[in-house]
Amino acid sequence: MKLYLKIWRQKDASSPGKIVDYTLDGVEGDMSFLEMLDILNEELVSKGEEPVEFDHDCREGICGTCSLQINGEPHGPDRLVTTCQLHMRKFNDGDTIVIEPFRATAFPVIKDLIVDRSAFERIQQAGGYISVNTSGNTVDANSIPINKHDADEAMDAATCIGCGACVAACKNASAMLFTSAKVSQFALLPQGKVEAVERVQNMVRQMDLEGFGNCTNTGACEVECPKGISLTNIARMNREYLSATLKG
Amino acid sequence: MSGLIKSSLARKYVMALSGLFLVIFLILHVTINLASVFSPDFFNEASHFMGYNPLVQFIMQPILIVGVIVHFVMGFVLEIQNKKARSISYVKYKGSANAPWVSRNMIYSGLVILAFLALHFYDFWVHEITYKYVEASPENPTRYYFETVEKFAPFWRTILYVVSFGLLGLHLWHGFASSLQSMGANNKYTVGFKKFAKIFAVVVPLAFAFIALYHHFNPIIH
Repeated sequence: MKLYLKIWRQKDASSPGKIVDYTLDGVEGDMSFLEMLDILNEELVSKGEEPVEFDHDCREGICGTCSLQINGEPHGPDRLVTTCQLHMRKFNDGDTIVIEPFRATAFPVIKDLIVDRSAFERIQQAGGYISVNTSGNTVDANSIPINKHDADEAMDAATCIGCGACVAACKNASAMLFTSAKVSQFALLPQGKVEAVERVQNMVRQMDLEGFGNCTNTGACEVECPKGISLTNIARMNREYLSATLKG
Repeated sequence: MSGLIKSSLARKYVMALSGLFLVIFLILHVTINLASVFSPDFFNEASHFMGYNPLVQFIMQPILIVGVIVHFVMGFVLEIQNKKARSISYVKYKGSANAPWVSRNMIYSGLVILAFLALHFYDFWVHEITYKYVEASPENPTRYYFETVEKFAPFWRTILYVVSFGLLGLHLWHGFASSLQSMGANNKYTVGFKKFAKIFAVVVPLAFAFIALYHHFNPIIH
């Protein structure tokens, strides 16, 4: 199929960017979206032009590295998949595809379609962990009985790959789905309860410092999340934060 | 506690709690207003009580005004912060693909309601204050029904009220239903609550609109 691509090109973080038009022929439905961009880049390189920079790593939908706002939606029009798992069969011959970086003040563009998502790492570093002794006396986690429902919910929250689609989809560029998933994956488990008060306060404080927007419960993040992280995590974080603050 | 005041979650709690407070006020308001259709005498009695009872006038009314101001000022603060959080807009943003229109446009439905409140305050509250405190007119427990029906005589005012009630319904549809989520509640009861909130968002504005239209089409014949 033949596609008309409108791609955001930006030399570096300090330069202004713009949309550049490309026409790409010979795209097959079985290609992934990133393979389609690989072919475009091969063409650009063969013509002596600068290839389009974009983030990717595992190409298996598990690392959270690929991003891209495709036709106005993070990770494109398909549901529960990352950009690397989006197939070109979801598009038609002659389609125009607008490809942009994830937009948020807290995710500054580094080059072309690559954004700096280290804000997520700083939120995680602020409290997204449990302090355990790893000196050789570590107790096997399975020795602590955990309610099946809680274990399942914690696992569901832990499937967040930190790709940033929630921020990209939210009209307010809010990071509450990501932060709440990272709060929930520990809050539900006995090992996580020990530091629960400090964790939610520190992670929310860091989220605010990074300049993300406020959650207005539109639910766009949940719809666009490639891992199906639920809004119930945001409610849990709201509850945890209120409880932590009232406890002092 | 200072961290709570500065945090984004605190602003979320404030919006939800002030919104829930205003919902309770709406229940009281629509109940008394419906009396103007079904029992003018009761409407006069209730209005007179609300207009002259010191508890209502000097405690509840200021609290209500503070509630309204807090809700819309916080709404503006959040909107400004949210715009800053995406300093460069998307060339193409398909908001309709993942979120309902009402949830994405609360600021606009809110602005219409705010403009309506200005008209509503001018129509009734300013009139009341002028009657009681500027003109120092004597108490008249039978004037309220007549004054209310008279207000809806002009077609333009009736239409403005009805349109505003439509926007109020849209605002409530998202705001009321998501208030418990903001307060951290998301359990087996919240599904039922959301259904109730959406019924409320339809029924209450419809009742307000019905009252306005009823008085417009049933004027007092002199």
